[in-house]
Amino acid sequence: MTEPALHISDVRKIYQVGGEEVVALDHAELTVAADEIVALVGPSGSGKTTLCSIAGGILSATAGTVVVGGEEISHYGSRQLTEFRQNQVGFVFQTVNLVPFLTARENLLVVDEMGRREGRPARERADRLLGELGLDDRSKNLPGQLSGGQKQRVAIGRALMNEPNLVLFDEPTSALDTEVGAQVMALIRAEMKARGTAAIVVTHDDRITEFCDRTVNIIDGVLAA
Amino acid sequence: MKLALRELTRRPGRFVTATVILTLFATLLMFLGGLLDGLIRSSTGAVEAQQAQALVFSESSRASFLRSRIEPDVRTIIESELGAEVGGLGVVLLGARVPGNGPRDVANVAVWGYELAPDGVPEPPGPGEAWADEILRSDGVEIGQELLVGPARTPIIVVGWVKDTSYNGQAGMWTDVNTWREVLNANRPDAALSEGVFQALVVRDASTGPATADMPSAVERVLDDRVIALSVSEAIDEIPGVTEQQTTFNQILGVTVVITLVVIALFFALLTVERTAMYGVLKAIGARSSTIFIGLVVQAVVVTGVAAAIAGVAVTVLDLLIPPGSIPLSISASRIITSVVLLLTAAVGGCAFSLRRVLRVDPASALGGTQ
Repeated sequence: MTEPALHISDVRKIYQVGGEEVVALDHAELTVAADEIVALVGPSGSGKTTLCSIAGGILSATAGTVVVGGEEISHYGSRQLTEFRQNQVGFVFQTVNLVPFLTARENLLVVDEMGRREGRPARERADRLLGELGLDDRSKNLPGQLSGGQKQRVAIGRALMNEPNLVLFDEPTSALDTEVGAQVMALIRAEMKARGTAAIVVTHDDRITEFCDRTVNIIDGVLAA
Repeated sequence: MKLALRELTRRPGRFVTATVILTLFATLLMFLGGLLDGLIRSSTGAVEAQQAQALVFSESSRASFLRSRIEPDVRTIIESELGAEVGGLGVVLLGARVPGNGPRDVANVAVWGYELAPDGVPEPPGPGEAWADEILRSDGVEIGQELLVGPARTPIIVVGWVKDTSYNGQAGMWTDVNTWREVLNANRPDAALSEGVFQALVVRDASTGPATADMPSAVERVLDDRVIALSVSEAIDEIPGVTEQQTTFNQILGVTVVITLVVIALFFALLTVERTAMYGVLKAIGARSSTIFIGLVVQAVVVTGVAAAIAGVAVTVLDLLIPPGSIPLSISASRIITSVVLLLTAAVGGCAFSLRRVLRVDPASALGGTQ
């Protein structure tokens, strides 16, 4: 049996705010299969981002176990988490956040420059990804010269550059109109399935969930399948 | 680092303000340094040019040429005991009337009498003649002109130019010892010296004697401490005002470097604040804080380097355009290199203030999840 892309067990995240404890994630249990696309749905402040941050090695859990691609990261320090992010996960952010003075191709290659430094194989992978994402003719364009949908496709390419086990999408269509949003979601699904890569798509838009294999709801830090 | 360099080349406009301000500071630093060097050279050039292992003054002179008297026997003892080549040296500071200038428009000159030629000065000229420092050109002096020196209006004909031989801010005029003695005795009867007596001795080329560093103490030893013997650098330090000038200018230069550091610190701190979101994303995709900080340092060093290069060219051109003698400005490669090193150190130091801010950028901010 293939190892799950993500296994979260009894995870808690507690913040100290003004001397009081705020439970952002409470005894969370979640398993995402190797090529599964999970929609994580919940209102603002429900803990979606916290869950994603813990799964992506950006935040450490207060308690519990987090295993990504067979690698347990629960006890990792910041240096190990940085390395983990370089190699094991991809992110697509809500506000795209491409580096504005880099071309589309360079925005993909920045992942390699900040991490593995593979050089030529990375450049070949970037060209291939841009081709698959329909951005062949836009590879030399700066983000300012791209449409919203094209920018999001570049961001997807960047998330796939390190060949991750898991990609985390933080409201990937919130800045796009309905039609372009649907196109981007279709593309995400196609790319994930083609690679056998797992994904968690954070959203509160029910229309997105139809592109996912299943939906997990989260309310007040508590997951409900 | 690539990312930092790409930002510099693709968004140069963001760095123009900092570059302009740093260019002004770099120019100020190099110009002030050049002024210091020029002032020091105009006070010390004649002494610095002495190719001496020791300069000898009389015991009670406090190493002042004008107070010092060296009798002929001192010279004989040094020559016989140390096997050294010894030459007499003396100076008198006077005003010189230049043909064509007004009666009150006198040029300040230091008339030297010498036996052993200093660096850059030919062998002593004929009687009544002098090699003149080229800064006298700014007073309208020309080769072949006869200057009337001092209140006695002793005539001296300029027969050629020499460089960087001023003393106490007055242009050097290099004569044979007899001419110098005539000028001294005619214009400063209170300081008159008889034949064979000098104000100082230049001791050099003791190939069989003590090493250069030991020569001053060897001279004092063979003369039972009847004289003060100094190395050239020690003699320079004894010239009135030199140390004070250096201290004052170095303090001004130090303040300029500190202000430069603050400017760099503020600029890159602002840039870091502006880039917090981008740094958050970069950290989220695996960038280390050290990688981001090195990028900042690279940008600061490049911006400062460009500013320093522009300033270096500007002050060099200025130095070439300013006629000798008008402003005591002396721009040297070592001064420019020292200034560049100071500026680059300030750049790195200034960036250090942004390190904490870079370290504190939370990758979770990329997901909007800082809590």
